Amino acid sequence: MAIFLNENSRVLVHGMTGSEGSKHTKRMLASGTKVVGGVTPGKGGQVVDFDGLAIPVFNSASEAVAATKADTSVIFVPAKFTKAAVIDAVDAEVGLIVVITEGVPVHDTTEFFAYSQKSGKSRLIGPNCPGLISPGKSNVGIIPADITGPGPIGLVSKSGTLTYQMMYELRDIGFSTAVGIGGDPVVGTTHIDCLRAFQDDPETKAIVMIGEIGGDAEERAAAFIKEYVTKPVVGYVAGFTAPEGKTMGHAGAIVSGSSGTAAAKRDALEAVGVRVGVTPSESAQLLRSILGK
Amino acid sequence: MDLFEYQARDLFEAHGIPVLPAQVARTPEEARSAAKAIGGRVVIKAQVKTGGRGKAGGVKVAENSDEAFEKATAILGMDIKGHRVNAVMVAQAAPIDSEYYLAILLDRSQRSFLVMASVSGGMDIEEVAHKTPEKLAKVLVDPLKGIDQAQALAIATQANFPADIRDSVAKVLLDLWKCFVAEDATLVEINPLVKTNDGKIIALDGKVTFDDNAIFRHADHEALVDHDAADPLEALAKEKDLNYVKLDGEVGIIGNGAGLVMSTLDVVAYAGEKFGGVKPANFLDIGGGASAQVMADGLSIILGDKDVKSVFVNVFGGITSCDAVANGILQALEILGPKAAKPIVVRLDGNNVVEGRRILNEAAHPLIQQLDTMDGAASRAAELASSSSGVAK
Repeated sequence: MAIFLNENSRVLVHGMTGSEGSKHTKRMLASGTKVVGGVTPGKGGQVVDFDGLAIPVFNSASEAVAATKADTSVIFVPAKFTKAAVIDAVDAEVGLIVVITEGVPVHDTTEFFAYSQKSGKSRLIGPNCPGLISPGKSNVGIIPADITGPGPIGLVSKSGTLTYQMMYELRDIGFSTAVGIGGDPVVGTTHIDCLRAFQDDPETKAIVMIGEIGGDAEERAAAFIKEYVTKPVVGYVAGFTAPEGKTMGHAGAIVSGSSGTAAAKRDALEAVGVRVGVTPSESAQLLRSILGK
Repeated sequence: MDLFEYQARDLFEAHGIPVLPAQVARTPEEARSAAKAIGGRVVIKAQVKTGGRGKAGGVKVAENSDEAFEKATAILGMDIKGHRVNAVMVAQAAPIDSEYYLAILLDRSQRSFLVMASVSGGMDIEEVAHKTPEKLAKVLVDPLKGIDQAQALAIATQANFPADIRDSVAKVLLDLWKCFVAEDATLVEINPLVKTNDGKIIALDGKVTFDDNAIFRHADHEALVDHDAADPLEALAKEKDLNYVKLDGEVGIIGNGAGLVMSTLDVVAYAGEKFGGVKPANFLDIGGGASAQVMADGLSIILGDKDVKSVFVNVFGGITSCDAVANGILQALEILGPKAAKPIVVRLDGNNVVEGRRILNEAAHPLIQQLDTMDGAASRAAELASSSSGVAK
């Protein structure tokens, strides 16, 4: 098992005919992902060739789902078209919608998140995220597939490169699923959603949770861990040196007043028994010692 | 992006929210003519993007235009919590009967929009929320439905606005919502919203924050950017489309991905504790590409920071392969020539790392030192910064 994504997932790429979409479709296919179609309004009927594999393009997610039985959408369209693409996928009742696009206006995200909640049929991941990978099974988004293989660790992170770094540090052990939830102020899937899924996934034996400054998602995750999670959790929080009022790369990574600091997040996690490393390597070491490896 | 009060005032006015006549002035002379144009008693208010300006002496009443000149002279150039006052707003003075609070904001934890309304305005609303939460009405807005007349009135009622002004407050709230949506704001706040002695409802002071991600559909927002405030290196980085934040340490940082760069700053600060407390000098995320030109642009900005004593390039090759990054660094040093004169510690990991490290080893560039781990490289960069700056060990 794994969470959210497995070897049976059938994937649509929104924006497959664009440069980013086509580059990453190739990569996803190479790592064994079942990409079954592309969605680009106005280009329905075209076929894109990926090293001999012909993948059909549809005008809408509904047409694509009808033809391919897809259950997962990954969105690479530019920020200004992202809202329309997500709404299209929600209307088609796609079960998992992963939004890679960065720079999406937060009004749009808030709106399409509410729309997906109202439908009750779709889980949204992102926007501004690297996607997720269940190594050896499927890879949706831009996480490099060759860092590591399947194993007992579940990983949830706001940041893409820290996800890669942590997967690399623990590459000899392997992962059930690694989820990059994204660094925007509003994201579709939270740390809590992933913690719950990892707790319920029999294949996952330990969890790494990577957070960063801004908002209070890590504090709420800590409260959730206390109440629900019995598997060991190791944490890492980035942004101790970030000054107040300056956005650190991610739209959501900002300390405002006393809220959103890395220290507050670390303290909240440690208070519920989560061991938090000072550096990514130290967090990886903590996890090794827990798993006895 | 946060707006100045006068910009928020103009925005409110454009969206039909009642405000007082006011003008912005950048010199005492401009303040005098603004006061003359407005007529009568005016208030001179320092334009700074921070709170507590009243206590700092940044708000003064002037009875006439000559007094406006004097008061503006006193306020312009003041330093309020590290913010220099470059402009004042000259506004008509209003006889105030009551002060209220009204705001709409993005609520991150609820992933929705939130209206906050209180009849206890004027003071620090966080204190009201903390000490007397019953006096602050908080109502979540369905992002798919927005606010209509009936809901605006219900919120005004819930917040205990007096019956005789509920309709006017509801109208302001409705217009404020329209402004929030139309401008892609993440915060629109009126504090205080006042009732004047003659019963008018007026937005006396405002705070507005725009979503930078939405700038592509708001060409007019560009004109509201405060270019004076930007650090010169930050301004240069912005021109080059680089994600750079100036900090006050000695170790220049370049990395890929916001999370990894934030983490790099922490690891350097942590390592720096052993070397006389050296700290990271900046945040710089060069993103996924890491081409030679982007690397050169990034390095040139960092080397242009006179406080920088050493540079730490920390890249995890995800999609980018490490050989491309290694070549990028070497080409960047070629482009920069003798301008690059500070030690550069490089840590590469991930995609095609063996080839990347080999390229740098073979080049044997005198400025470049390679280390295998992030912690080890951070420590070396901190050590180099401390020895070359003469910071006591």
